[in-house]
Amino acid sequence: MSGRVLRRHLASRAMTAVVVVLSFTAVLALLLILGNLVLKGASSIDWAFFTKSPVPAGQSGGGVANAIVGTGIIVGLAALIGVPIGVAAGLYLAEYGSGRLGFVVRFIADVLNGTPSIVVGIVAWTFIVRPTHGYSALAGSVALAILMIPMLARTTEEMVRLVPHSLREAALALGYARWRTSLEIVARTALGGIVTGCLAGIARIAGETAPLLFTALGNLNFSVAITQPMQSLSLQIYVYATGPFDEWHRLAWASALVLMGLVLIISITARWVTRQRYGRIR
Amino acid sequence: MTSLPVERLARPQSLHATDRSDRIYRRVLTGFALGLPLLILIILGVLFTGALPALKRFGPTFLWTSTWDPVAEIYGAAPMIFGTLASSVLALLIAVPLALSVAIFLTEFSPGWLRQPVAFLVELLAAIPSVVYGTWGIFVLIPFLRAHVVPPLKAVLGWTPFLQGVFYGNSLLAGGVILAIMIVPYIAAVSREVLLAVPASQREAALAMGATRWEAVRSAVLPYGRAGLIGAVILGLGRALGETMAVTMLIGNRHDIGVSLLQPAYTMAAAIANEFSEATTNLYQSALFEVGLILFVLTVAVNAIARVLIWRVARGQAVGSRAL
Repeated sequence: MSGRVLRRHLASRAMTAVVVVLSFTAVLALLLILGNLVLKGASSIDWAFFTKSPVPAGQSGGGVANAIVGTGIIVGLAALIGVPIGVAAGLYLAEYGSGRLGFVVRFIADVLNGTPSIVVGIVAWTFIVRPTHGYSALAGSVALAILMIPMLARTTEEMVRLVPHSLREAALALGYARWRTSLEIVARTALGGIVTGCLAGIARIAGETAPLLFTALGNLNFSVAITQPMQSLSLQIYVYATGPFDEWHRLAWASALVLMGLVLIISITARWVTRQRYGRIR
Repeated sequence: MTSLPVERLARPQSLHATDRSDRIYRRVLTGFALGLPLLILIILGVLFTGALPALKRFGPTFLWTSTWDPVAEIYGAAPMIFGTLASSVLALLIAVPLALSVAIFLTEFSPGWLRQPVAFLVELLAAIPSVVYGTWGIFVLIPFLRAHVVPPLKAVLGWTPFLQGVFYGNSLLAGGVILAIMIVPYIAAVSREVLLAVPASQREAALAMGATRWEAVRSAVLPYGRAGLIGAVILGLGRALGETMAVTMLIGNRHDIGVSLLQPAYTMAAAIANEFSEATTNLYQSALFEVGLILFVLTVAVNAIARVLIWRVARGQAVGSRAL
């Protein structure tokens, strides 16, 4: 091998090594974060952690039962509002979205997907908190629902597009109306994919904090009233992590581990179901 | 696969009725789809209306005034705008090499069995909630930066204006680093799909001309996907600009413009998060609405540019949607 060729091959090897090292740095970051969560959070998780509400600052003990239930209620309500709208918009994109309106809606959905969630919090505050003169879980749910809609529209569209065209044609050829073909044949076939899309959406909003800061606000007591302030795990972590007490920091790590576990379980289930059903898309 | 319930077809519908129900169906779906353009208009409307008092009072000077004084009722967003841009640029400087490496590794160099696990782990970074990043940043990242990163950085580059002063912990550096980790999965996922869309013939032609593997990547694959890759980076920038919780917890929240990475700074999103529920006067609140308006318009513009670039490579696909 001449010197020049050798040098080029060495350069190629070197760049490959750089790419590999940098890639694994990214993976390492993930492993470090997950590892720290388990190391610092797991020891604080016991039965009381899940069943008790917080105790006054400075005392030890107490749990985050109110935050866990609150997260469930706020996110559940958000899904009730956001899922129908997002899925219907996605169905539109897949069925009638080839024209100019489809292009515009698709583009806006993609752009809205990157909207800062704190701005959406301001919108929910303006429409719900200000007129009712009170922070409420409902306002938080509306903010989270708004965050879900563009995401669901795009995943639903993608999943519905995976349904083979022949299936649709067969139904139409048998005299099915278009709307029945769309709902009973196409959407039903894609149902598994749509459901996993919804799960992924729920996983994402479950960890949101910023839009809840001045909508759901947080609540130190156990509350299930959606017209009152409500605690969520994410808000609880924020308060505890930025607070001055060691006891709070301990609870922040434990709550973060629980929230992370919740989000991971939902999103890994979603991924796994999709893969079982449709194989690797690429 | 669903089997067709054939027996129901024994009762053929009249064509006219079918026609009408189809029209209704289409209208209903269109109504829901119109919700998205409506949503963007509502957000703009809300922010603009809320910001009107501040807009009238301060005009364009809001953008370059550094005073933020709720007592004297004088508001200027320059420090936040500066902090938002500075932390995002710092994040990009760190994240882009990492994310592009992940994308290049996954599409060009990785053995088949490693591809899925690595892609999966990097995508998981996008699943970690912002507030968890913030917690990790406070208790792990900042002590690490203080012990192992800042001293050597100061030893080598301490003479530059970027590393002046004492390291406070909560700082532009901490905020930028956490942002970098957070946007890696987005840039990586989109770049990967852009690189997958590069035809194999590009690669093969370069290799057939005698290029080494890296030369093929550098001279054939990357230039072909350039628009999409730039789009991916800009998309990451959009994420970084609007990211709230982790930055609020790490950047120090000080209304000040300084080029030193070791000093506290502020971002637009952090200001809204910290001050919105405390804003007692109308003008204070309106100033925060205006900060929201600036942030929203900025991120929409950045995202729109990113999408146009990405769509040029992969038209109409929801590129990277699994990570977003």
